[in-house]
Amino acid sequence: MSEEIKVTTKSPSENDLVQRNDKDIIQTEIVSGDNKKTHRKRVRMSLTHRRMIVGYVFILPWLIGFFMFYVRSVILAGRFSMSLMDMDANAGGYTLKFIGLENYIKAFREHATFKQVLTTSLTNMLVDVPLITFFSLFMAILLNKKFKGRAVFRAIFFLPIILNSGAISEMMALAQAMMNGGITPTASELSSSAGSGVLAFDIDYLISMFMNLGLPARFVNYLSSAVSRINEIISASGVQIIIFIAALQSIPGSMYEVAKIEGATGYETFWKVTFPMVMPHIITNVVYTIVDSFTDSAVVDLAHDTMFKTFNWGLGSAFTIISTIVTCAILGIVVFLLQKRTFYYN
Amino acid sequence: MKTTALKVPLFTKARDYLRDPLKKKIALNSLKEILITVLKYSILIGVSYVIVSPVIGMFVNSISSDADAYNPMMFILPKYPTLERYRLAILRLDYWETLTKTMLYSVTVTFLQLFICSMVGYGFARFKFPLKKLWFGCVIFTIIIPTHSIMLPLYVYFKQFDIFGIVSSLQGKTGLMGTVIPMYVLSLFACGLRSGLFIYIFNQFFRGLPKEIEEAAFVDGANMFYTYFRIMLVNAMPAVITVTVFSFVWQFNDVFYAKLFLMPDTTVISKRIASLQKFIANEDNILSITLQELYRDAGAILVIAPVVIVYLLLQKNFIEGVERSGIVG
Repeated sequence: MSEEIKVTTKSPSENDLVQRNDKDIIQTEIVSGDNKKTHRKRVRMSLTHRRMIVGYVFILPWLIGFFMFYVRSVILAGRFSMSLMDMDANAGGYTLKFIGLENYIKAFREHATFKQVLTTSLTNMLVDVPLITFFSLFMAILLNKKFKGRAVFRAIFFLPIILNSGAISEMMALAQAMMNGGITPTASELSSSAGSGVLAFDIDYLISMFMNLGLPARFVNYLSSAVSRINEIISASGVQIIIFIAALQSIPGSMYEVAKIEGATGYETFWKVTFPMVMPHIITNVVYTIVDSFTDSAVVDLAHDTMFKTFNWGLGSAFTIISTIVTCAILGIVVFLLQKRTFYYN
Repeated sequence: MKTTALKVPLFTKARDYLRDPLKKKIALNSLKEILITVLKYSILIGVSYVIVSPVIGMFVNSISSDADAYNPMMFILPKYPTLERYRLAILRLDYWETLTKTMLYSVTVTFLQLFICSMVGYGFARFKFPLKKLWFGCVIFTIIIPTHSIMLPLYVYFKQFDIFGIVSSLQGKTGLMGTVIPMYVLSLFACGLRSGLFIYIFNQFFRGLPKEIEEAAFVDGANMFYTYFRIMLVNAMPAVITVTVFSFVWQFNDVFYAKLFLMPDTTVISKRIASLQKFIANEDNILSITLQELYRDAGAILVIAPVVIVYLLLQKNFIEGVERSGIVG
């Protein structure tokens, strides 16, 4: 069965390559019957089979990690959330006592703040997602065109990706509050919450003006909450802008040419060409935004504190499981709704 | 009804000029263009200000002296700038030492991420094997699932971590808590900080490369690993740069994993900065919160400086890479 190819040339490394090459070519022709054994036994395999195995070798690290860390962790988290957990602080061993759904019931019925924190995070997210999506699309369109100083603006616009993470983002928020109203942060906080400061803008006046216009109160509330969160929205849309810019670049220029020849205005071109073409990426962005906003939401902090500060491991796990399920449900609904309206070019 | 303004020679001249419909159209168009340009730049500059202003604010704070801090009229330009904040912040952060350690840690993790994620991405992009779709779906799943939902199992796992008794024989006790090794292990198995996203980016990029390169390599006798290493990875430079920037910056700033694995403050600067304010308040007996904040801001500037420098150096390549790497499917 095994066919050794005689090595006659001098340099060993080159030989190796030549030898492999020859073998591959032969192997493509001879498809052996028993290819269950690995190459150790020198059983002949077709190229497709070899590529299959090499493919698995390539993804092997991830595959191990996925089972070791993700699958195992998800199952364990489920178990933790359904039991009373005791952990030995030094050795790290733990004991589980199965108590069924008690933790979940506790989370919803007894815990003082969980429901509130969850709903606040959810509503914040629901307000933010459309705003972030449209803001980043708008900015991507602006940044995609050629103009003077584009490189500088692009560098600035992607800065939030760097700065909006971890420890620094908290400090950024504080510095932001300071910049909104003079040097003393306490004074600025007071003035912005009162709605009238030396440097702060009088928001109440604007709100009452919109109300007097006869706009529905809900709409005005939405707008004002959106405007007051402009910092968060801008700093959360870095990656989204990148994705949209890449999407805009991938639209073939011929489509715009056709639109121009047919006499479409800029407005029509946007709605008939640009928007449908970036629609699939709107889904990507919405998914990314939802996941991202949940990653640093208050629910996570609450769960973390419940686990590592009050050592209520089971309840904390229940929090994470609930919020994960809620996130996935929202993702599912949103993707389902958007998918129906999406046009796929390819 | 003729207004007097129109009788001014300049205006009459303009009116005569605009009589010609073609010229009128040109004039209107150029006016429109100017307005649009003004609008565009005002939006861009406005938003840029919102993005940059906290950095400016922190920088201003970090160089203002006591007199400036208490001066309510001071805005943006301190009257008596000083470097005292930096001196103390550098001292109390053990800046150079902590920074070196953090850099070492972040760079190592970045290399691991690059190597492993590109490999996995290549595997998904170029090879056909059974269950490929399912596994790739699982990659997407790892992107979507919030990391916090698996934090406790990870914590427990690394607390007991003792493969073949190596850890306990070296340390005297099991577990890797209080070290940065858990992060290395996670990255080694492509489950580190947003590894799923990096796999996805690499997968998209490799799929976009022409197959002919590999075929040529194959005909010339390169084996598959050689092809990946010496040919595909070199061609994937835009994606490599994108992932490098993302991975390094996120790792450098990360506090979630640092908190979860109880990494020591002396090796993770992003964790250390959080306690700087209290530390300085206690150590140097600075009781005024306003002054404490100045030191904290100086510390923050020191922490973001290396990241911003890395970003600015790779910025041009990074943005090009993003455009070309087809983050987009």
